[in-house]
Amino acid sequence: MGRTGMGRPLPNPAAETRSFWEGCSEGELRYQTCEACGVVQITPRSVCSHCQSALLAWKRSSAVGTVLSFTTVHRAPTEAFRAMAPYTIVMVDMNEGFRLMVNCDRALLPTLAIGGRVRIGFEDVDGMKLPHAQALS
Amino acid sequence: MTMNAFITGAYDTAVGKLPGSSCMGLHAEAALGALADAGLTVGEIDGVLCAYSFTEPHLMLASVFCEVLGIHPGTCLAIQAGGATACIMIMQAAALVASGQCQNVLVVTGDNRLSGLSRDGAVAALAEVGHPQFERPFGISVPAAYALVARRYMHEYGATSEQLAAIAVQHRTHALLHPKAQQRTPITVSDVLASKEIASPLRMLDCCLISDGGAAVIVSSKAAAAGTRHKAVEILGAGQGHTHEHIVAAPSLTDFGCKSSSATAFARAGVTAADIDVAEIYDSFTITLLVELESIGFFERGSAGIAAERGDLGIGGRLPCNTHGGLLSYAHSGAAGGMFHAVEAVHQLRGHAEARQVRDAKLAFVHGDGGILSAHCSLVLGVH
Repeated sequence: MGRTGMGRPLPNPAAETRSFWEGCSEGELRYQTCEACGVVQITPRSVCSHCQSALLAWKRSSAVGTVLSFTTVHRAPTEAFRAMAPYTIVMVDMNEGFRLMVNCDRALLPTLAIGGRVRIGFEDVDGMKLPHAQALS
Repeated sequence: MTMNAFITGAYDTAVGKLPGSSCMGLHAEAALGALADAGLTVGEIDGVLCAYSFTEPHLMLASVFCEVLGIHPGTCLAIQAGGATACIMIMQAAALVASGQCQNVLVVTGDNRLSGLSRDGAVAALAEVGHPQFERPFGISVPAAYALVARRYMHEYGATSEQLAAIAVQHRTHALLHPKAQQRTPITVSDVLASKEIASPLRMLDCCLISDGGAAVIVSSKAAAAGTRHKAVEILGAGQGHTHEHIVAAPSLTDFGCKSSSATAFARAGVTAADIDVAEIYDSFTITLLVELESIGFFERGSAGIAAERGDLGIGGRLPCNTHGGLLSYAHSGAAGGMFHAVEAVHQLRGHAEARQVRDAKLAFVHGDGGILSAHCSLVLGVH
């Protein structure tokens, strides 16, 4: 489950997700498309969710997307998140067709709405860069 | 139509906070209760299906249970599909008896989640269903994931917090009629709206309980059902629907596998949603039930909340639903949570539901969903 300890659970990159997390550490948001059928993968994986081909290629995203839904969490699941609460979780449908679940800037909160446009930046969490929703401009 | 499978025994233990209870103790009590209800002996059980436990987790829970009870069935396995587990176990048991592999399958669930784990412990354990890389680092919990569905559903179809609250109130009204229910204090819509925020727009009283408790049913072949104590409840139809596991990968936040699972179950049974007399549908959150009622086709999109406010889900209403009080007010103890719905359907179809009895209930719909509306299983049960 990655480096958990008493802190936040951090992603533990696997073969099929390493490029995504390396991209984040370099400030680049990446997604996968299938070279056999062209379908964009909603989350990274080892074979295409549409045609099951293993020919998945990484591409650079424009890092802009639309808010699908969001929630502000008051009752956090673990001690580390209780220290952050209340915090907001946003699901974003990216322009290219993949999807992210992220936290967001406090500055974004007053205008956060379903259908709103957001930009994905990166925030440092315990030495790891995690994607993060920000205001578009 | 028929699936050649019958529920001949059903039993649930006391529920709520049961100091001194244990996972395997609850399993044994539920199993022996269901056997006594059916009038069958331990030796007549030739198949055992178990689910999973948080307080006594084991790689082979069904084998552990058989060891505890001292039985050596020809078929024994555990099934894990979250809240869909109970219905999937019954569907699997039906397949075992219909194919002649078993005569009487014991389907047993239970956990002492409240006394053995605490509320905090249960919330933390459940949050581990989140995707380890793409959800959990952002603080997802099961209520937060359902809150994402709720916000989107409210946006698209105009459901309101008051309508969700009406669902919670209806469940409590039913629980007041059940002497065993965990929550027996009346609540109002204002109480729900004033309860603690959990993950917006969901509040404490939009969320299910955490309980100790166990439940079991026995699924028998037609020949084996003939000699049992009560009028056998026939499994007329069953179906499953699976669209995703993690909410981040859900193809839709408004349409889920309950649509296909129920369509399959209705088609096998040769009935439609309009024929159902009583429905026992998974209610992990108020939004869960609302989405499922509309997705299954019991109500038009955007109208289940209005129906709940009108009392349509009450006993004597258009679709009496979760007549025991559901996960929201009766009890929720892991896989047994979904089994309580099945046990209540048996009570209703036998005419044994006392103050909660739906008049002339002949056809029941039972539904479970696991994950974040990820895995679905629907059953149509009936008596002649």
